[in-house]
Amino acid sequence: MKDLYYKMLRIRRTEEEIAKRYGEQQMRCPVHLSIGQEAAAVGVATHLSEKDFMVSTHRAHAHYLAKGGRLTGLISELYGKADGCAKGQGGSMHLVDWKAGFAGSTSIVGGTIPVGVGLAFASQLKRQPQITAICIGDAALEEGVFHESANFASLHKLPVLFVSENNLYSCYTHLKDRQPARPLTDIAHGHGMRHLTLDGNDCFAIAAELKPLLTSLRQGEGPIFLELQTYRHLEHCGPNNDDHLGYRPTAELQTWRAQDPLLITRKQMENKGLWSAAFEKEMEDKVFSEVQEAFHHALNSPFPEPSELGAYIYANH
Amino acid sequence: MRIISFVEALREGTDQLLAADDSVFLIGEGVPDPKSIFGTTADLKSRHPTRVFDMPISENGLTGVAIGAALGGMRPVIVHQRMDFTLYALDQVINNAAKWFSMFGGQKSVPMVVRMIIGRGWGQGNQHSQNLEALYAHVPGLKVVVPASAHAAKGLLVSAVRDPNPVIFIEHRWLHGTTSDVAPELYTVPIGKARVAHAGRDLTIVTWSYPTLEVMKAVEFLETQGVGAEVLDMQTIRPMDMPAIKESVRKTGRLLVVNDAWKFGGLAGEVLASVSEDETLTLKARPQRLTYPDFPSPSTHGLTKNYYNGPREIVEAVGRVLGKKLDLGAVTDYQATRTHDVPDQNFKGPF
Ligand SMILES: Cc1ncc(C[n+]2csc(CCOP(=O)(O)OP(=O)(O)O)c2C)c(N)n1
Ligand SMILES: [Mg+2]
Repeated sequence: MKDLYYKMLRIRRTEEEIAKRYGEQQMRCPVHLSIGQEAAAVGVATHLSEKDFMVSTHRAHAHYLAKGGRLTGLISELYGKADGCAKGQGGSMHLVDWKAGFAGSTSIVGGTIPVGVGLAFASQLKRQPQITAICIGDAALEEGVFHESANFASLHKLPVLFVSENNLYSCYTHLKDRQPARPLTDIAHGHGMRHLTLDGNDCFAIAAELKPLLTSLRQGEGPIFLELQTYRHLEHCGPNNDDHLGYRPTAELQTWRAQDPLLITRKQMENKGLWSAAFEKEMEDKVFSEVQEAFHHALNSPFPEPSELGAYIYANH
Repeated sequence: MRIISFVEALREGTDQLLAADDSVFLIGEGVPDPKSIFGTTADLKSRHPTRVFDMPISENGLTGVAIGAALGGMRPVIVHQRMDFTLYALDQVINNAAKWFSMFGGQKSVPMVVRMIIGRGWGQGNQHSQNLEALYAHVPGLKVVVPASAHAAKGLLVSAVRDPNPVIFIEHRWLHGTTSDVAPELYTVPIGKARVAHAGRDLTIVTWSYPTLEVMKAVEFLETQGVGAEVLDMQTIRPMDMPAIKESVRKTGRLLVVNDAWKFGGLAGEVLASVSEDETLTLKARPQRLTYPDFPSPSTHGLTKNYYNGPREIVEAVGRVLGKKLDLGAVTDYQATRTHDVPDQNFKGPF
């Protein structure tokens, strides 16, 4: 439990620091923050090992970190530095850490869905008991490529965990203006997949529910679609709060902010007697120094050499 | 004179088209949202509530739906915040929109406009900065327009909506904030016609879309050195106004194409080939291209500064065409005053 809290806190404080420093205009790339959605990433990654794969979207910081991606690799990437996880070529929307099994996040909605299915296809062909988690939002289900990929994953009983973080919005457009009124899981049902919906802000519950399901995935019982209901606290893209735009009702904002994943977890730990002021301080201190160190490191890292421009067009072997 | 921005010109043109013709409708991801496609669709939903739509994140399917609606008598305008997102819709655009007229023997065409925005700078990276104009311009049956000013944006939009064929309307994000004199009424800028942006006798510079601005800046530095460049802003890249290019080259005997797109298989090469093939033209120097290098734009601003071409690189390229060493001092100083990855100093990201 403590470990999950630590992981969520580390993501939260990292992204808060990104938001705080974004205005300095040194991180010159679009950033989509996951603040409010940390429990989903951490809960899903809990019972995955670095041998398992994960792919993600434009909003990938939390997934990358939860899966074990290097923190310095993330921050340096945002600053466009040579030691970023994609050597500065990618920026916030293109994170990768193969050592951690994080196979890549990209900026085209739905773009990594079939890629994740393909990773799982390779695992199946090679008889390796790996799972691929495909992290998507709610809007990705509107892309045809989701349906083609889900169909194939289901047909071949591939070890895929589709994770749809339903935060109700695509940019400024509510789900009800994009999809008919029916549960997202009905779509999974239509593709013959097992499916479940969970509170996306309850990290412990997600991890606990997934544990046996992940085992069944490894045993070849076919893909699972998981809807995690959650909410993004800040603007779609960028470091700010955009409540003033009025596209999200005040009551909705209040309800969801009250269900902050960190608060929920803290309450659960309090109930179990696992919380103390000393624990809180220990976590905050530890995370603070890690985050500061990562920023310090990134700021002092060099940009890629000019010769890196155009250096990665074709592989040679 | 009425000076308005490219964004406002597009918004006004769309508003007037919707008002003038009941068959016009507008659809796209975020059209009625608070950001309203960089402002280009602001208030249009409230002004035309039954014909302005948000859309699911379904570029492929909805492009096909727009094609069907066009065949059914409507005139859809579908808009994408990045050209990169339209790749999902390539099948519908190329196999259906561009073919419905030809494959059924000319019975019904697809009067549809697809607006596509090209990103640049601020770390847009591999998947948010591509200029894939050559992909679309390659396809018979499509027309492709590339306005470089607010005036052209409105006039070409009107022509595109009234055209009986599918028209790809490419707008550069860095033009959105630029301003020019725009007539308040509905007017057209003809598809397929280039515009002489600057007259000169020493060489012809062919360009379109955003780099037109950079070329015009370079012209200032060329003039101080006595070099007279004739600048053609093509405005449409399919059909390309080859007669205008040839007429200018006949006069100058020298040609440079400045194109913000990859060189290999790109349209700059198409211009060079057409000019070179023409036996009635005699060139005084080898024609040249100034393009993006042949690889994707990286995200880091540490590298993008050597990716994009500015007035300095243009003056340098003109020197190559003229076989002359031009003085780069002043233009280099000028370029150093600009931040290379933002359109203007007010731009603070993120898109
Ligand atoms: C193919 C494509 N279409 C549109 C976009 C623009 N876009 C970027 S993020 C986004 C919202 C996606 O919403 P969702 O999948 O729910 O993820 P969330 O942002 O809520 O995490 C959109 C439409 C894109 N990047 N790619
Ligand atoms: Mg969403």
